[in-house]
Amino acid sequence: MASPLKQFEINPIIPLQIGGADVSFTNSALYMAIAAVLCAGFMIFGMRRGAIVPGRLQCAVELSYEFIANLLRDTVGSEGRKYFPFVFTIFMFVLFGNLLGMTPYSFTFTSHIIVTFAMAFVIFVGVTVLGFVKHGFHFFSFFVPPGTPLPLYPLLIPIEIISYLSRPISLSVRLFANMLAGHTLLKVIAGFVGLLGVFGILPLAFVVALTGLEVLIAFLQAYVFAILTCLYINDSLNLH
Amino acid sequence: MTENPERPSLEELDARLRAAREHQATRRRAGKSKQAEGQGGLGFALRIGSDLVAALIVGVGIGVLLDYWLGTKPWMLVLFFLFGAAAGFLNIFRRVAGYGLAAGYKKPETGSKDETLKDKK
Repeated sequence: MASPLKQFEINPIIPLQIGGADVSFTNSALYMAIAAVLCAGFMIFGMRRGAIVPGRLQCAVELSYEFIANLLRDTVGSEGRKYFPFVFTIFMFVLFGNLLGMTPYSFTFTSHIIVTFAMAFVIFVGVTVLGFVKHGFHFFSFFVPPGTPLPLYPLLIPIEIISYLSRPISLSVRLFANMLAGHTLLKVIAGFVGLLGVFGILPLAFVVALTGLEVLIAFLQAYVFAILTCLYINDSLNLH
Repeated sequence: MTENPERPSLEELDARLRAAREHQATRRRAGKSKQAEGQGGLGFALRIGSDLVAALIVGVGIGVLLDYWLGTKPWMLVLFFLFGAAAGFLNIFRRVAGYGLAAGYKKPETGSKDETLKDKK
């Protein structure tokens, strides 16, 4: 029987070498491309008619739009509106990546730390640059909690800096770990179905329940990723 | 819903639109930070564990790097492990207390949470 971790293997589809670096088109890249195309297709196809009374697909598109727009307005406020495209793109990409991973025989690119870390790192760098652009060197006051007595500075500043630097790691590890653990668990339990013969009905029922849970987690993690992006943007915009 | 025989007049629509906008504005004023903090127990629980670990990872990483550069084998690691642990707990504390995220938690728009914070000082 195949190892439960085999589903995370990256296989090159079109091997490609540029300047000694391996830039093959892999199954991971393929699923990322599929996710991007599906996102774009979902939006374009859903809004194609732009009817006043929306159909089902248009409803779904408008729902996802409003979901992120409300999220951004509630966390950042009206000045956060310009960052809507960024947050929405991140949300849709992660969501489609997670949901694509739920289809059988597919590959979950969000279960690879390098993918999630790349996204989290872009967010982190972007938000830091945004803070510097908006506030200049006043941005460093970020690392001093208001009302701190001077003798505590050497203790608190490293803690605050570590706390700040932990953001991209916690952001990426959360998504990656949830996806990795969920899909491994599904595979392990599904492996029991065949092994137990008649009693395989038990793990089968369990797998069905777990699949539902995984779909929930797919949505939830995309949501958490988006809301944390919003909160980071808010922190950079509204410095104390 | 889609086939309403008598179409509402424009004034009616206008009034309804205004009511909806007002409703939304009051709701926004009332619970601006509520959604940012709360958003359901499950999402909250999923976020909190990795915050603790992430700060530790960063602390230990900085400690190991500093040891490597300065040649002070275990000491920087020990120091920054403690800093990382403190940062992790700080993350958790702020998350639970509702100060938003990590560093620079003071929000300019003073919600009720911020006022209680000021009262304590």
